[in-house]
Amino acid sequence: MRLSMDLELQDVPGQLLLALQPLRDNKANIITVVHHRDRKTPRGLIPVRLVVEMDRSKLDSVKAHLQNSGITLVRAGEERFMEAVSIILVGHILDSDLGDTINRIDSTGFAEVMDLEVTMPGLDEPSSAYLKIKATGKAEIQKAISILRQVGKQKELLVIEPIEVDAV
Amino acid sequence: MKEVRVSLIGYGVVGHGVVDVLNRKRDMLKDLGLNLMLTSITDHTGTITIDDGIDVDKILRERTLANVATSSMKGKEAIAAIDSELVVEVTPTNIIHGQPGLDHMEAALSGRKHVVTSNKGPLVVAYSRLKKLAKDNGVMLKFEATVGGTMPLISLVERTLTGNTIFGIRGVFNGTCNYILTRMAEENIPYSHALSEAQDMGIAEADPSLDVEGVDTAGKVVILANALFDLNIKYNDVDVTGITGVTPEALSLAKNRGYAVKLIGDVPALTVRPTLVPIGSPINVAGTLNSAAIYTDLSGTITVTGLGAGSIETASAILSDIISIYRTKRLNA
Repeated sequence: MRLSMDLELQDVPGQLLLALQPLRDNKANIITVVHHRDRKTPRGLIPVRLVVEMDRSKLDSVKAHLQNSGITLVRAGEERFMEAVSIILVGHILDSDLGDTINRIDSTGFAEVMDLEVTMPGLDEPSSAYLKIKATGKAEIQKAISILRQVGKQKELLVIEPIEVDAV
Repeated sequence: MKEVRVSLIGYGVVGHGVVDVLNRKRDMLKDLGLNLMLTSITDHTGTITIDDGIDVDKILRERTLANVATSSMKGKEAIAAIDSELVVEVTPTNIIHGQPGLDHMEAALSGRKHVVTSNKGPLVVAYSRLKKLAKDNGVMLKFEATVGGTMPLISLVERTLTGNTIFGIRGVFNGTCNYILTRMAEENIPYSHALSEAQDMGIAEADPSLDVEGVDTAGKVVILANALFDLNIKYNDVDVTGITGVTPEALSLAKNRGYAVKLIGDVPALTVRPTLVPIGSPINVAGTLNSAAIYTDLSGTITVTGLGAGSIETASAILSDIISIYRTKRLNA
């Protein structure tokens, strides 16, 4: 299972190694480590975000080890949504039931609308909306986009998708 | 010195550019061993034929051939009657039926004359037929100027990137749409305002529908798909959405998140639609520029950008096609 953890480390040498030790001991596969030196907390601690693949049952043991080493574990949880995509919709977004449009994505179980900004220049004029969709993987992002394409056709909305960085 | 008798069909903006460029580059062409003699020009009013080459200074001042024509021959009749080995076809384009360019190209290729063109219509309508006609008659059909104007794309893929597998090409292929979207984003003005500005600047036509509804871009997608991907498709195979529905608010929302909105043509997906392009992407070009990203197996992604239209710029692509015909060493020759 993929988990993300937010830790806070003291700004002294060797802390990161100390934090990673219990993960190694529990055979966790580290996917990413982001060390925010520039964003110290008010207590002078350095936030670190880890994403790891590990057996969820080992989480308690990792937590206990971290605590014993004096490292603060702020949060640990399942990292469900690994991919994100930006989409813009143009048209009569509110009149065509924005709640329903969002629900078509959210009800999939593998993707959710995580951010939404709507601009309405005036009555009877088309509105524009920015949506950030997160999903469990790349394939699920593509499925979410194709759902929006269908919704766009039904509701006569212009769906502006991002260009794919890689060739198909 | 190889002497080549050239006939020009079409004497509008691009036709004038071709005459000008052939004249300007006369010495350079001779250094390459090519004596290109423009021996006839044909437009809707008639034909001027001068056996030892047309006096360029005299002709460039004329908007049409009405005052200088030496014969009333037009179109395919002129192509068949005049002794030349290369025809430059630059008549106005029609993406629906391809005429009159299609008849011109068929007449030239059947008469064993090479054809170099900037005219998309005939290629969109009848690419495979024209290509086969050229092959059967042992001549070449070159059309770099039809996609991306002066921006090298077809020759880049066919010659420079030869040996690579091309996975896809995505790009901005219409300068008018790109200008309108750029101005909407810069000034936060509505589509209709940016369009009328483009019309005043001579960037958009009085009837802009072929550009803004994505028809022109789709024509280029068809040409690229047929010429570089061997797909044998027609215009109706392309899923097309133009830019008329894009709002300044959509552009502003995109910009705040690090994106520009561009009309992107995609081969082999065969789509034309407004698309979010990261602001830092090399294909995010402004104004009337065109750009294309070519996705390859060996060379990674190659991006080219350049002026997509203009008299001299289009003529430059035509000139490079002409030269390439005489510099190509055929492997089986």
